[in-house]
Amino acid sequence: MKLISAIIKPFKLDDVREALADIGVSGITVIEVKGFGRQKGHTELYRGAEYVVDFLPKIKVEIAVDDPLVDQVIEAVTGAAQTGKIGDGKIFVSDLEQVIRIRTGETGPDAL
Amino acid sequence: MESPEIQLAYALDTFYFLITGALVMWMAAGFAMLEAGLVRAKNTAEILTKNIALYSIACIMYMLIGYGIMYPAGGNGIIPQIDWSNMFMFTSAAKDNSLEAVLASDGETYYAGLADFFFQVVFVATAMSIVSGAVAERMKLWAFLLFAVFMTGFIYPVQGYWKWGGGWLDGIGFNDFAGSGIVHLCGASAALAGVLLLGARKGKYGKDGSINAIPGANLPLATLGTFILWLGWFGFNGGSQLVVSNISDANAVAGVFVNTNMAAAGGMVLGLITARLLFGKADLTMALNGALAGLVAITAEPLTPTPLAATLIGGVGGVIVVFAIVTIDKLRVDDPVGAISVHGVVGMWGLMAVPITNTDASFAAQAIGLGSILGWVFITSFIIWLLIKLIMGIRVSEEEEYEGVDVGECGLEAYPEFMGARGST
Repeated sequence: MKLISAIIKPFKLDDVREALADIGVSGITVIEVKGFGRQKGHTELYRGAEYVVDFLPKIKVEIAVDDPLVDQVIEAVTGAAQTGKIGDGKIFVSDLEQVIRIRTGETGPDAL
Repeated sequence: MESPEIQLAYALDTFYFLITGALVMWMAAGFAMLEAGLVRAKNTAEILTKNIALYSIACIMYMLIGYGIMYPAGGNGIIPQIDWSNMFMFTSAAKDNSLEAVLASDGETYYAGLADFFFQVVFVATAMSIVSGAVAERMKLWAFLLFAVFMTGFIYPVQGYWKWGGGWLDGIGFNDFAGSGIVHLCGASAALAGVLLLGARKGKYGKDGSINAIPGANLPLATLGTFILWLGWFGFNGGSQLVVSNISDANAVAGVFVNTNMAAAGGMVLGLITARLLFGKADLTMALNGALAGLVAITAEPLTPTPLAATLIGGVGGVIVVFAIVTIDKLRVDDPVGAISVHGVVGMWGLMAVPITNTDASFAAQAIGLGSILGWVFITSFIIWLLIKLIMGIRVSEEEEYEGVDVGECGLEAYPEFMGARGST
């Protein structure tokens, strides 16, 4: 099992959600985050005083899937979240040691 | 005039005082929203508390003693002579003007005494409210309220007496129709004294000379507040004509309403354009300050200018305020809402602009009035602030400032669901 974390531009959330639903992913978690990669910040003026906007708002989408689905999920997210401009985001894939469904107590791939 | 006509005129003029007074009261809501919008979320509940509390304290102190100082039984023009046997706090509607007294006064008594108090008390609250924005986000709440007691009970009434109470400024021909000096410059002078003793917010000014932006949490509220103030100002300036029940005064009131509106519009537009030219973008907060600056600028003389002249007078105020805000920041005097610039710097422009359209006024008398109001209020305020600072301190602790004065002073948060770990349920 794998945990896929995708940092995407906030306005891309609906597209990503739809793309994931299309390939049969049943659940996702969405977190509001701030961050930057190689995309540099820019300065704004508030009443004449400069302030740097370093951290840009992003959305982190977390999807727990069984191994066979990983490539499809990556393709779906990349396709939906891409704009071709700086700041599109990143996808991280990490091993998921254990998954438990709280309501029923199911574990492993049955809980996904 | 016959008795029924006199009674009708009395009722109308009394009603006029009460309605315009109620409009000025509404400005307290305007200030509250404006300030709440320009401070950070963690400091919002405290500034709202300050605003509603200072309004109430102003009403009480002015009722107890302030009104008696400002409109005394006598005095030498500088020091009022209070009539201790006839204190306002003990009056009542039953004791107000009788029909006989009104008829016998030959037009001089044309409104209820209680209406006069009501109209005046809301002006005191306005002056005091100006201070709350300048000292926002780092002053102890109770230190501020203690200062409010002295400002509304003593400092404001004395200089009010000098002009509106028939004192020496009135005698030398100083003109201040609705209070660019007596209310706005007064409030700003008290604010300046407080800010100098208080110091800037942590993180506002860098050691290397940099000025850091601390954006407000709620610009919709700030904008709403500005619109509310704009509406209330029709009462502020309009009511200051003091009469409406005859043709020439009704016309004057209409002119005052128009000019007040035009000055705000002029200030807003030129403030926005100035900000655009200086900063490259349309800074809403500067536009809001511009509209208010226009209103402050016309307040000293909203009657004699033409609508075009009023627009320009307000417009100049809008330009001045943008430069004043930036300059005061460069001097490392931290004013989160621009109160000192809007009400102080532009208040001075408003006073000096009077002779441009009012041939009865003189630059000399205006300058003397400006200097004496500024001097009296700044010095007495500085002393009171200093005493409060020595006795109980005026600044919150560094820890409280970081956490936010909402939690420290009020024990609650203005936007609990958007803050920290509590979240929504």
